[in-house]
Amino acid sequence: MSPSVAKHRTQSRWRAAMVRLLQSRMAAGAGLVLALVVLAALLAPWIAPQNPYDLASLDILDSKLPPGSLSGDGSMRYWLGTDEQGRDMLSAILFGLRISLYVGVLATLGALLVGTLMGLSAAFARGWVDAFIMRIVDIQLALPGVLIALVLLAILGKGVDKVVIALIVGGWAYFARAARASAMVERDREYMEAAVCLGFGRGRQLLRHLLPNCMPPLIVIATIEFAEAIAAEAALSFLGVGVPVSEPSLGMLTANGFDFLMSGRYWLCLFPGMALAIVILSFNIVGDRYREIINPRGER
Amino acid sequence: MSATDRQHEAVLSVRGLKTWFATREGTVRSVDGVDLDLAKGEILGLVGESGSGKSVTGFSIMGLVDKPGRVVEGQIFLGASDLLAQSPEQLRSLRGRKLALIFQDPMMTLNPVLSVGTQMVEAVTAHEKVSKKEARARALQSLVRVGIPAPEKRLDAYPHELSGGMRQRVSIAIALLHQPEVIIADEPTTALDVTIQGQILYEIRRLCRESSTALLWITHDLAVVAGLADRVAVMYAGRIVESAPTRALIERPRHPYTAGLIGAVPRIGQAHGERLTQIPGSSPNPLEVRTGCAFAPRCSRAQEKCRSAEPEVTSPSPGVSWRCWFPLEQTA
Amino acid sequence: MPAFVLSRLAQAAIVLLAVSALVFVGVFVIGNPVDVMINPMATQAEKLAVAQSLGLDQPMWMQYGRFLEGALHADFGRSFLAGQPAMQLIFERVPATLELAVTAILIATLVGVPLGLYAAVRPDAWISRAGMGLSIVGLSLPSFWIAIVLIMVLAVWAGALPSSGRGETRELFGIPWSFLTIDGLKHIVLPALTLALPKIALLARLTRAAATEVATSEYMQFARAKGLRRSRIVGVHMLRNLMVPLITVIGMEFGRLAAFSVITESIFAWPGAGKLLIDSILQLDRPVVVAYVMVVVAFLVLLNLLLDLTYGVLDPRIRLQARAA
Repeated sequence: MSPSVAKHRTQSRWRAAMVRLLQSRMAAGAGLVLALVVLAALLAPWIAPQNPYDLASLDILDSKLPPGSLSGDGSMRYWLGTDEQGRDMLSAILFGLRISLYVGVLATLGALLVGTLMGLSAAFARGWVDAFIMRIVDIQLALPGVLIALVLLAILGKGVDKVVIALIVGGWAYFARAARASAMVERDREYMEAAVCLGFGRGRQLLRHLLPNCMPPLIVIATIEFAEAIAAEAALSFLGVGVPVSEPSLGMLTANGFDFLMSGRYWLCLFPGMALAIVILSFNIVGDRYREIINPRGER
Repeated sequence: MSATDRQHEAVLSVRGLKTWFATREGTVRSVDGVDLDLAKGEILGLVGESGSGKSVTGFSIMGLVDKPGRVVEGQIFLGASDLLAQSPEQLRSLRGRKLALIFQDPMMTLNPVLSVGTQMVEAVTAHEKVSKKEARARALQSLVRVGIPAPEKRLDAYPHELSGGMRQRVSIAIALLHQPEVIIADEPTTALDVTIQGQILYEIRRLCRESSTALLWITHDLAVVAGLADRVAVMYAGRIVESAPTRALIERPRHPYTAGLIGAVPRIGQAHGERLTQIPGSSPNPLEVRTGCAFAPRCSRAQEKCRSAEPEVTSPSPGVSWRCWFPLEQTA
Repeated sequence: MPAFVLSRLAQAAIVLLAVSALVFVGVFVIGNPVDVMINPMATQAEKLAVAQSLGLDQPMWMQYGRFLEGALHADFGRSFLAGQPAMQLIFERVPATLELAVTAILIATLVGVPLGLYAAVRPDAWISRAGMGLSIVGLSLPSFWIAIVLIMVLAVWAGALPSSGRGETRELFGIPWSFLTIDGLKHIVLPALTLALPKIALLARLTRAAATEVATSEYMQFARAKGLRRSRIVGVHMLRNLMVPLITVIGMEFGRLAAFSVITESIFAWPGAGKLLIDSILQLDRPVVVAYVMVVVAFLVLLNLLLDLTYGVLDPRIRLQARAA
């Protein structure tokens, strides 16, 4: 099959999958929300009414204002209220979205990379290497990823990069196990034998032949893990070990606002929390639909 | 008791049964106009290839057709009452009591986590208010009838502890618990060893004769039915294409399909190396809407009329019928 | 049967040993080994003295030996912050965590399983559709968000339930339990609901999937062919077959709830072992962390053993295999 035909085949397959995905109204709706969210996050510096990181632009006198209030000098309306430092919640949420998504994407990609490499290597190498890696995977899978990340962060300290690393360590095991399972099936297939016969080095065999054929289930897992990574980051921030307060993620904002719930200032906590919930939910709905298409469960 | 002595009372009468399935690709007309009569104590063999609709016919009679299938048209008379007009509760009361069903695979028919005894006792108490003890005694009796050794032990055993043949005997025992008027057996010996098959066939025939229970034996294997049934009905693409007393059908088939089936059965005494006749082509696509005879594409005798018009039923005497424009002639 | 149990216990012991080695090495690798035993706040001279007295200048394998010895006596050292033995701290908090976990799993089972069964038997009813749709929500939302919403609605706006802490306790078998008082029950509701919601979704989905599979089995059709009443078909035939997968999941989820409800316990300031763990991790109170890990592993392994034994009772096919083994 010539490369152009193969490419065309893949493209139309993607299109077909996309069409089927959008056939469910829920998935289509959720997909739209997700697209808007991503757009909002990307355009945040331009569409946010205020830069929440610029301490100079904050007016402490405007702190803890309820949603819809006007600022002290009448220059802007705080649609979602302000926090205890006078920060506009809407802007904070938009920027927080950026951080949350950033962490989520990086953590998932990182876990995908590490996990896949480990899993493929284990399946490829067989023997005690395989057994060793899988025992570690088993132990890690018995513990919730959040807990593992928590322990790491307690030692590493705060910071966005450290959170990403901690999440990667907490999440790679799931990918590793799936990659290995896939690889174990694929490694005995004829095209792998052919690669060996053609004299390809082990690295090339692994990366260019084994890997592409193991991808589909891994993509499915990536969709699950992404939502979990975002939720995990939020939970960690809630516990105080996540991103620093100066660059708050949605989880951090929610955690911050929690203390104000009791006094009736719900907006500091509710709105960032809702934004978080919407992101996770829409992603899960789309991801669920996608998974159903890939592995039909025989349900309606 | 010879066939002529038996009273010709139709204990089960099916008229114009149509059971269709609504699938995403279209409507599957599994049963598309079936007429059947079963007299008291009679054994009728319903023969057809897979996809012919024979099992669905059995299920339709029992009222066990699930979505996306439903009985679209027809009447099923058990005695005087039309089963299709009954309420679900009335049907439930009839099932197991007047109408019994034996499935193909006994491993899957018996619930693996319940003991044989439990499953037999509940079959008794579902229809009669008796004590557990008495129900158990009845179950024991039934097991003895079907020739199961050490029946008390078997009652406490679990399905996976019994062999395939034993499990099928249990199924038969359950079917006989309430002395039903009709037993529908859906390929009951297909999943069994050939030797066991012979035993079961013998047992069932004996039991039905003893209690004058009518038996509808559904199978794809004409050879099985040849030695067992009083009459045979051949089914193709959802319709009965021929029915006649067994001997007559086998010796003088009228429908080309029947002839094809008979020719395909290896016989003792055939010359070594002699070819079995194969029916050319493959079974029809159940989704297609057809004009004319469904068998026409595979029939060596097909003519223009066959392809354009659906053959009508020719029935020279009760119990004998065929659907063919150009049936095979009776040989002298 | 006794042979089976013994062999499983032996396996459990091996797992515990392996984990203890891992934990020990992990702690060694991550931090200064001295800090495991000694409060890092102590002065240099103090540290040296204690190190020597504790034999920390000895080779690693010897230290591991002492650690194991202590472990066999359930002695993992003293908490840096509280001064009490780590194990004692943990055991003091276990009843609170167990209460919460049991309540949560009870709610989840009593709501989730019937919901799933109903959805399997009548998939077109609006309850079924709504339930399954909401299950995605229940499974996606992070636990702290559920907690926040519950607190906001039921505690702050409605003012009906307390939002933090454990209620009054009453003793039973010498252990204080809070579910025995009204005040205690009021305090349990919100945290238990927070934990239960995702599990309800999980159990409903699982029950529906398993029930649908069972419903299409031939023995279900045969049961109908026998003329059994629907109540018996669903209640006995279907349910008995669902038990094995259900009990497995319920048991495992209970284990997870008991061991890892750290976030919920934190939000509600519930004085359980989970909150103790978080606090200890954040304050680097290593003896407590180590002790917690060992306890949790032992608990989960024993739970698994118990579940395996239960299968034999529930599914006669497995009994046969076990006997043959």
